[in-house]
Amino acid sequence: MTDNPIISVRGLVTRFGKHTVHDGLDLDVQRGEIIGIVGGSGTGKSVLLHAVVGLLKPAAGQITVFGESVRDTSAEDYRRLRKRWGVMFQDGALFSSLNVQQNVEAPMREQLDLSDETREALAAIKVRMVGLPEHALQKMPSELSGGMRKRAGFARAIALDPEIVFLDEPTAGLDPIGAAAFDELTAQLRRALGLTVFLVTHDLDSLHAICDRIAVLAEGRVLATGTMAQMQDVDHPWVQAYFKGPRARAALAQKEAV
Amino acid sequence: MTQGPVPQISLTDGVFVLEGDLLIGTIESLNLRQGLAQTIDLSRVAQFDTAGAWAVVTLERRLQDAGLSPRIIGASPLQTDLLATLRQNMPTKDGAGVMRMTLADRLDQLGRKTVSAFRTALAIIGFLGQTVATIAGLLLHPARIRWTAIVHHMQQVGLNAVPIVALMAFLIGVVLAFQGAAQLRQFGAEVFVVDLIAISILRELGILLTAIIVAGRSGSAFTAAIGSMKMREEIDAMRTLGLDPIEVLVAPRVIALILMLPVLGIIANFAGLLGGAIMSWIELGVSPGVFQSRLVGNTGVWHFGVGLIKAPFFALIIGIVGCFEGMQVGGDAESLGRLTSTSVVLSIFLVITADAMFSIFFAIVGV
Ligand SMILES: Nc1ncnc2c1ncn2[C@@H]1O[C@H](COP(=O)(O)OP(=O)(O)OP(=O)(O)O)[C@@H](O)[C@H]1O
Ligand SMILES: [Mg+2]
Repeated sequence: MTDNPIISVRGLVTRFGKHTVHDGLDLDVQRGEIIGIVGGSGTGKSVLLHAVVGLLKPAAGQITVFGESVRDTSAEDYRRLRKRWGVMFQDGALFSSLNVQQNVEAPMREQLDLSDETREALAAIKVRMVGLPEHALQKMPSELSGGMRKRAGFARAIALDPEIVFLDEPTAGLDPIGAAAFDELTAQLRRALGLTVFLVTHDLDSLHAICDRIAVLAEGRVLATGTMAQMQDVDHPWVQAYFKGPRARAALAQKEAV
Repeated sequence: MTQGPVPQISLTDGVFVLEGDLLIGTIESLNLRQGLAQTIDLSRVAQFDTAGAWAVVTLERRLQDAGLSPRIIGASPLQTDLLATLRQNMPTKDGAGVMRMTLADRLDQLGRKTVSAFRTALAIIGFLGQTVATIAGLLLHPARIRWTAIVHHMQQVGLNAVPIVALMAFLIGVVLAFQGAAQLRQFGAEVFVVDLIAISILRELGILLTAIIVAGRSGSAFTAAIGSMKMREEIDAMRTLGLDPIEVLVAPRVIALILMLPVLGIIANFAGLLGGAIMSWIELGVSPGVFQSRLVGNTGVWHFGVGLIKAPFFALIIGIVGCFEGMQVGGDAESLGRLTSTSVVLSIFLVITADAMFSIFFAIVGV
């Protein structure tokens, strides 16, 4: 691990009206790692993701990605920065008036000057890589199932082979086989492309299978970070319940059996 | 994705040597279509992404098609992994691609559009029947009528529309008086301007223009509201809870419109006559007293009745079309916008058609 984190969050405070979501949150993500962000529903995982990619203005704090601030920059710098990451939102957020192929091609169209054939071929590859059948290319988002929409959203997020991908609960709503394949895909792309993955998830299997490090969000802060094994020793009721509950034991047993 | 050395390909001693960065932004400058060799050497490749791997696999496929069995050497483990992923996921020839339209396709499309227009017409009539049946059912069981919803919609479509409807009718009255005066003065028949204004506003313009404004204002709002509920599966949720969307959403809107459109029509009539009277006074010197006595004496009350009879029918058209189009919204935001504008255009068209048919009918029965 290098000393320069690829994402660094310092003293982040976010508020909606009077409701404080984050209150002095610190987090570092190293280049090339898969970091799993966990926390109860409503603890602000999605909000943290929005803040890191610059979609939400924090009330206080400093967020840098690739060593550059995401908020206090010129529009030009932000655009350059934005090209280097891909985001998959919690509900896919596909453009509903474009079919899957056009959705995946959208970032390529926006950022690069490629010929139609190259773009079509690359879009088809990305769609197949995320495990969608090729005929899904011509489908509209409203014609896809929830899980298929997630995959299409992932394909769009990796369309430009970004350095960081932000995934918000990619495996929620997938069948277990599909979820495992998604994990495997994420790990494989990380190996092949040297991705850094910022993974918001509730899926204990994903945490076991692919995350290098886990950050637990609670009480507006990052309560603990560390490997899966280190999480077992954190002395906090929520963390204990999460990592030592029946599901966690099942996931652990499964991993050991393999 | 920093742009480094430009990628290059060279063929030396039966080996394709690739050099530089094989990245999505630079890959198109490579020419992979020429030459044959048994070996592809990647050892001098600096950066490599999915697009680069795609290019290498495409080259490999071409060599295989030419009957060779190419080997890839000098790839790092990461690159080997990525190439393997790519080989599994190469698009098939027939899968992707955009279809081009032929003449037959266009004819086919025309046919489909015609049939679907007829289907839509049938579906609207079906929806009308369903709604009327539901409203009749509600009248038999008045306890199930949702008064809160009806009053809410009456405020939305009725009360809130009063200013715009009144202003519009007032201006129409002014325009009629002004234009009528210019023509009638030539014959010294200025006073007939009262008949002109009264008959055209009471019989036709008051209610027709009110209906058009309400179609634009409330018909579109109905479509948008019901459509966005449809989009978020609220309508399905309602059905699973045993609620009938027609009873809960459509009936209150249609009833509110049927109650309020005549009221708005009456307001428009008054505002129109007022505008006409004021203009006649200013422009022609027809005093309000003369205007009033001529209005009462010369204009049959039937003119007023003919206009007002049409109002509930127009209301039914606007309400049914607005709600029907809302129910047609699919899962995407675009269909919501498209159907909202369809709803307005269609209901205005149908209102005018109905008005024409009423004219013919009234001419035949002679009122
Ligand atoms: N646009 C918004 N306006 C007001 N409050 C918001 C907004 N977005 C999020 N919140 C609040 O911020 C808190 C954190 O929300 P967030 O979506 O980040 O939760 P989460 O950790 O992602 O939960 P989940 O696991 O259910 O997705 C919640 O209490 C939510 O009500
Ligand atoms: Mg969330």
